[in-house]
Amino acid sequence: MADTPILSVRDLNKSFSGIVAANNINVDVAPGEIVGIIGANGAGKTVFVNMITGYLKPSSGTIQFNGKDITGIEPRDATHEGVCRSFQISQVFMTMSVRENLLIALAIARESGTAMLLPVDHPDLTDECERLMAVYKIDQYADSTVSTLSQGIRKLLDIAMAVVANPKVLLLDEPTSGVSVEEKFGIMDIVMSALKEKGTAVLFVEHDMEIVERYVHRVLAFYQGEVICDAPPDEALLDPKVIEFVIGTDYHSGGAQTEAADA
Amino acid sequence: MVSMAWNDKTIRWAIIGFALLAAAGWLLPTWILNNVMFGLARGLAVLGLLVLWRTGLVSFGHALYFGLGAYAVALLEKYGGVTDVFLKFGAAIIVAGVFGFLLGFVLRNYRAIFFAMLSLAFSMVLYGVLVKMEVLGSTDGFSVTQNTILGWKPDGKYPLFCFIVLTCVIALSAVQLYLKSALGHLTTAIRDNELRVEYLGYSVARAIHVKYLASACLAGAAGGAMAMALGQVDPDSMVNWTVSGELVFITIMSGAGSVVAPFIGAIVFEFIRTYAFELAPQAWQLIVGGTLLAIIFFLPGGIWSLLEKPWAKGEADNG
Repeated sequence: MADTPILSVRDLNKSFSGIVAANNINVDVAPGEIVGIIGANGAGKTVFVNMITGYLKPSSGTIQFNGKDITGIEPRDATHEGVCRSFQISQVFMTMSVRENLLIALAIARESGTAMLLPVDHPDLTDECERLMAVYKIDQYADSTVSTLSQGIRKLLDIAMAVVANPKVLLLDEPTSGVSVEEKFGIMDIVMSALKEKGTAVLFVEHDMEIVERYVHRVLAFYQGEVICDAPPDEALLDPKVIEFVIGTDYHSGGAQTEAADA
Repeated sequence: MVSMAWNDKTIRWAIIGFALLAAAGWLLPTWILNNVMFGLARGLAVLGLLVLWRTGLVSFGHALYFGLGAYAVALLEKYGGVTDVFLKFGAAIIVAGVFGFLLGFVLRNYRAIFFAMLSLAFSMVLYGVLVKMEVLGSTDGFSVTQNTILGWKPDGKYPLFCFIVLTCVIALSAVQLYLKSALGHLTTAIRDNELRVEYLGYSVARAIHVKYLASACLAGAAGGAMAMALGQVDPDSMVNWTVSGELVFITIMSGAGSVVAPFIGAIVFEFIRTYAFELAPQAWQLIVGGTLLAIIFFLPGGIWSLLEKPWAKGEADNG
């Protein structure tokens, strides 16, 4: 890896009452790199994401972000450092409108007490909000209550809320899960083009190998809490271990190409 | 700030409404004036509960701060000889605020029934202390009879009524501006999804602490106003769990749709109680309880829901 890593994980371990969920994980991520995290259910992908973003404390090991140790920090502190995330099940404010969701996210991201005291419809916030809604193509739903919207729109909103703090590393936990086949690539195109402009490093958990092949620079394949393969997608998806434990033999024979790992 | 407040339709109409109420107070018979004063005083505490309720939190123990405010006023008069309503009122807010700030460190870690009952437990500790200590008036409490305004000793309660009306307008405006701010919008955001608030980079515990502190100050102000309006403080009428229950009762009866609702609800409550007592001195609680049941079944959005549609229609017509 040519660039100095923005994220560096060393000897990361996590166990729950003796059950190992992460086993000696070592990963470096360069600025602007797009990394796909694949693995069967229970392989440790989300545990890995949760440890990086402060939701879970590692049993041992270190996580360095931009040269600073962020192991075990609180989620909000991870956000302040520049490590943000979206969720497998969209974590948005369901009884509020799309616009209100983003305005709150923007006000918090300003990192000043006075921004929080401004009316939420202050032009400083609304202008940026309108821009973001346009970038993520959710402006037509601006005044809709989130609970009435489709999973795809909620996912886009969830991701848009995660990027308002201008993260240097963004972790997306299954950004296309629960989204219709027709919407999947549309969502990923919107998200990836928005993030490319900012040079954000992205790690996303994904079961759909077509999406992995199309968007990532590198694949991390997980199995039983371990990284069994760390390689570019064309190599990783041909790796015997990945075929055996993650994607299955059907993938390359043109069978079940998607959601292979769930089978 | 003043122009921001005046530009808000709710605040503008509240100022006009409260100004008319203050003017009408000059003509009202004493018993009605007293009832409205008691209602406005309780309305301040309910306003604080509204802020918590919108965050998804219910406190069954706000009589703690109501009582602290009331006793701060009484003790300052009895032992300090202070009669100025501004000083007494300020003391009520400060004492309640200090306790609210300290207890907030504990309560901000709890939710749902644990938050509600922990609040109640703290209020009952104060109740126990008050009834056992002679120096604090024990079960008899104290009289609060000397009220002066910047050195002027008025005849009658009308000046105090105007003072309480003014206080309500200021409190209502401040809460309305707060709820319209990003910090205020966090009330709904926290109720909807604490995890997302944390991942946006804001401490949910700190946000709840701020709201709890604000509600404690409002309840302290309410207790101080009630002590001066009633002219008496004692544990049963200021700190007992039934006082907390009344405040929650009024919150449900009022609805959380507007910062005006607590004052309307609290005044309605005072008159329901007065007439219920007149009608059935031995069973007035039955009438009050029946009223609450009727509201829960037929007006789940509280009294404010009756006014919400005309209010929204007016906004649409103007807008």
